[in-house]
Amino acid sequence: MTRMGFFTDTSVCIGCKACEVACKEWNNVPDDGYDFLGWSYDNTGGLSSDTWRHVAFIEQRVAAPAAEPQGPAQNGDAGVRWLMSSDVCKHCTHAACLDVCPTGALFRTEFDTVVVQQDVCNGCGYCVPACPFGVIDKRESDGRVWKCTLCYDRLKADLPPACAKACPTQSIQFGPLDELRERAANRVGVLREAGVADAHLYGADPEDGVGGFGAFFLLLDKPEVYGLPPDPVVTTRDLPQMWKAAAGAALAMVGAVATACLRRR
Amino acid sequence: MSVANTTNGQDGYYGRPVLKKPVWKPYIAAYFFTGGLAGASSTLALGARLSGHHRLARSASLTSLAGLAVSGPLLVVDLGKPARFANMLRVAKPTSPMSVGSWVLTAFAPGCAAAAASDVTGLLPRVGAAGGVLAGVLGPAVATYTAVLVTDTAIPAWHGASRQLPFLFAGSAAASAAGVAMALTPPADAGPARRLAALGGGLEVAAFRKMESALGDAGQPYRTGAAGRLARAAEACTASGAVLGVLGARRRRSLAVVAGSLLAAGSLLTRFAVYRAGFESAADPSATIGPQRARADAAKASRAG
Repeated sequence: MTRMGFFTDTSVCIGCKACEVACKEWNNVPDDGYDFLGWSYDNTGGLSSDTWRHVAFIEQRVAAPAAEPQGPAQNGDAGVRWLMSSDVCKHCTHAACLDVCPTGALFRTEFDTVVVQQDVCNGCGYCVPACPFGVIDKRESDGRVWKCTLCYDRLKADLPPACAKACPTQSIQFGPLDELRERAANRVGVLREAGVADAHLYGADPEDGVGGFGAFFLLLDKPEVYGLPPDPVVTTRDLPQMWKAAAGAALAMVGAVATACLRRR
Repeated sequence: MSVANTTNGQDGYYGRPVLKKPVWKPYIAAYFFTGGLAGASSTLALGARLSGHHRLARSASLTSLAGLAVSGPLLVVDLGKPARFANMLRVAKPTSPMSVGSWVLTAFAPGCAAAAASDVTGLLPRVGAAGGVLAGVLGPAVATYTAVLVTDTAIPAWHGASRQLPFLFAGSAAASAAGVAMALTPPADAGPARRLAALGGGLEVAAFRKMESALGDAGQPYRTGAAGRLARAAEACTASGAVLGVLGARRRRSLAVVAGSLLAAGSLLTRFAVYRAGFESAADPSATIGPQRARADAAKASRAG
């Protein structure tokens, strides 16, 4: 089966949050608190067990706007630009959450997406600190972990995920990952030609620390500005070396016990 | 409207953490202690039995069973769905230290229980001996896999310590087992426990210091705040317990009890220090972003150059 994914082109995101709402509605995701965060046009904050699409809204001081080309994500105020980006589970090629899950509740679907089987998850919580993006989280009222399923149910019915369907600007594009990567590379070229020098892809490289994202992004600033890690690595990449260290430590313990017991009084 | 964000992104998105904090409750830190105590006690029991220290072997064996008996409930009660604890044995996954640990504990438990039960009742000595060998051999795995469990995460203060944490946990487990054993055993038969207290306690203190320096900036949580205070208290307890165990515990049982309690407390505090440090590290966006930014910039520079 073809690997399906998201290409989120933040250069055309208008911050409308239709994706957040569509995701909540389709997936029946519960309320995540009625909080006033006091920063920018964002009272959602971030991805969580109860937020599977999150629109980041960043206000930046920049150089005088006259020098900027008629560009993406920029309002009329002098010296201020807005960046908006809809974040989501990355559906990593090498997914730490899936690797460390002890029950097999997290699994890879026929679409190459990463999904939690809610009838298996026992709420051990290991996936939560394993995720390099802070995506998956435990719903305390329920005891299990939840995250974006890339609308597994809709995919099975040949429908696009709810967020992509609802996006009014095609900032969220859904399709076969190969096609999306090609389209994204072209889009970066177009933007650069138009003078948007900082436009770049995040998570499109299969050689990166998680083997590339199934849901990747076109960003207009460094990933960390959007709250994304600049160089994420799947923790299990270092697991053989960790087991080796543990074996050494276990041997040290055996040695210590043997030394303590064998020495004559 | 004020402009709150900066362009360099060092503090990420409005200072929000990049990572999620662990959702484990303090039960898990307590389990790191009780599991370590159970594992190291079984190994000490086996060593003591083979070297003819039978009273020491018995107290270590019973301590191991007690540690195990507390460990199980601690692990189950931390689950979001405790009734589904058996799902831990639904699959066997080498990529999941928690899965590996579940299987190791499953093999360890009957050995540990058989050894202790046979020791107390005098029944089935061969089964008890076989159980003691099984538990004694698996003990080091029980005591150290928990270190891999925490290092196999994205949290900088844990992941970055993957070379030192297993040694810290091994030393801490050995020190606690030695401490409890010397408190429960007549001094004449507790020689191995006193020597193990010195070796284990020394390893615990040395590994913690090594870990702190190896982590560099990512080791900040181990120096400051709640985790830092726990770490300093742990070192004080472990060091004084080990010294007292070597110098005084041979002569007076009461001193052995004090030394043993200090060693056990030091081990418990060490586990809570590591546990707390992980939460603090996860909550700090710059701990995640800083090293990754440096890595990304270096990679870019090497591509360009």
